[in-house]
Amino acid sequence: MTWTPDQPIVSIHNVKKAFGSLEVLKGVSMDIMKGEVICIIGPSGSGKSTLIRCINALNDIQGGSITVEGQEVHDDNLDRLELRKKVGMVFQQYNLFPHKTALENVMMAPVKVLKQNKAEVETRARELLRKVRLEGKENSYPGELSGGQQQRVAIARSLAMSPDVMLFDEVTAALDPETVKEVLVTIKDLAAEGMTCILVTHEMGFAREVADHIYFTDKGVIVEHGPPETFFDNAQDPRTKEFLSQIL
Amino acid sequence: MSRMIPGLTAPATTDMPVLLPAPTARHTPRALNFSHWLASIPPWVPFLIFTAALLWPMMALAQGTGEGKPTPLEALWRWMPFLITRGFVFTVLISVMTMLFGTVMGVFLGLGQISPVKGIRVASYWITQIFRNSPWLVLLFIVMLSFPFQVTVFGVTIPIPDWTKAVIGLGLPIMANISEIVRGAIASVPSAQWEAAESLAFTRRQTLYQIILPQCIKRMIPPWMNWYAILTMATPIVSILGVEEILNLTRQAIEAENNRPELLVPFYGFVLLIFFVYCYPIARLTIRLERKFALKL
Ligand SMILES: Nc1ncnc2c1ncn2[C@@H]1O[C@H](COP(=O)(O)OP(=O)(O)OP(=O)(O)O)[C@@H](O)[C@H]1O
Ligand SMILES: [Mg+2]
Repeated sequence: MTWTPDQPIVSIHNVKKAFGSLEVLKGVSMDIMKGEVICIIGPSGSGKSTLIRCINALNDIQGGSITVEGQEVHDDNLDRLELRKKVGMVFQQYNLFPHKTALENVMMAPVKVLKQNKAEVETRARELLRKVRLEGKENSYPGELSGGQQQRVAIARSLAMSPDVMLFDEVTAALDPETVKEVLVTIKDLAAEGMTCILVTHEMGFAREVADHIYFTDKGVIVEHGPPETFFDNAQDPRTKEFLSQIL
Repeated sequence: MSRMIPGLTAPATTDMPVLLPAPTARHTPRALNFSHWLASIPPWVPFLIFTAALLWPMMALAQGTGEGKPTPLEALWRWMPFLITRGFVFTVLISVMTMLFGTVMGVFLGLGQISPVKGIRVASYWITQIFRNSPWLVLLFIVMLSFPFQVTVFGVTIPIPDWTKAVIGLGLPIMANISEIVRGAIASVPSAQWEAAESLAFTRRQTLYQIILPQCIKRMIPPWMNWYAILTMATPIVSILGVEEILNLTRQAIEAENNRPELLVPFYGFVLLIFFVYCYPIARLTIRLERKFALKL
């Protein structure tokens, strides 16, 4: 039962999820290995956000199973603290804490939740902010930062918990085209360092460049998946072809 | 800001029905009606009315006999220190203690309204609704008449003075309104903040105290002050139950002056004026803070 790195770090098996009578996920399965970068693409409302929110138990599921490092997520006895230490998440709307500076945003969870030494956390937080190229913005409040800068603080904030897996839900969708790039560069750096990343994105060029595997979802099912080259140049399913023709 | 929105602030290009914007949240700062009204009064108006109230009976008296009795102004002047130091100070004391009681209880009740435990949530909701929507005077009577005038704990008899009961009786509706302020302020923080905290492994309690409340505590201050001003204005109703606050002492003062009818208007007018002098700055400050906090999140 103990997890070893040769097994999938995140394993999703036949997951079913409904909001009331609305079936959003109708049996989704995927396996993600440690260090892999996978992109989930698909039309609006196809259940992409719902799926990745299930991975860190922000949503519950009605059927199937999700394991993270061998630990079943949808178990009543789940240790949520353990799960959320392993899985970081970045949202489309950044969701920084507006009453805290950039540095405090990054430091808060390790200090308050993990009870780590404040001075050590601060050193690490400054390093993380440097890594997301925000040196000099440590003492700015979220309201004083651009969307792209806020999103990079949000990434640093998640990284401060030293997660093993990062979830990104359309993290560039609220940004203007110039600032999209700076956030994508940050994610690319992370991927290059071997972080396991699960991304929902509409940035096809980016997906093609960084992803090891692409999943296309529509109406709660995975229609097609494969490595980027085959997926983008040789899509089989008519729904995938139609989606790609609209977006590319 | 000045951009016209077709169908809302400008003619629409079609006559198709449009979806109107959702009504604003229940807890908009605009709810501070009382303070807005009070703060909008120019400060000289009450003094003008008071002066008129003072002069009018004097002129009426000047035409009469005038058997060496003190004029209403002289009588009032004599009683003023007593009315202020004994009466009004006690009134303020009652209002402050009521506010203290109401705030402490109201914060608990408000947090109860968002409790994850359904029983606590439902109970808090109903307690809030009942006390918020009951006539204050009825609540005051119930507390006054149902509480004993003394309790005996371990053989020690502790008297419960009337003013303590007044504080509890008036404190109940205040408690319920503070509960709503707390609930509303917490609800005004976007749910995405809860989710962000949750994904960073914060527990519910940590999220509430370290992330949600620090963001909305400022927003609670103007409505809280608004309720304090309303409460202070309402405090004289405890005089009905014999608490020796300003209204009762004023009546006693008039009685001591042989119940001369020309004293009524100046004396009670003076009481009205003290309340204004006390509550007016509070209302102005409330409105100032409301504007200030509305700018920042
Ligand atoms: N909390 C909720 N309650 C009810 N329905 C919901 C809830 N969250 C999502 N849904 C519904 O589930 C469906 C899938 O939503 P989801 O957000 O997962 O889509 P998505 O693929 O992320 O879309 P988008 O690209 O627009 O973000 C939608 O029809 C949505 O209306
Ligand atoms: Mg989405």
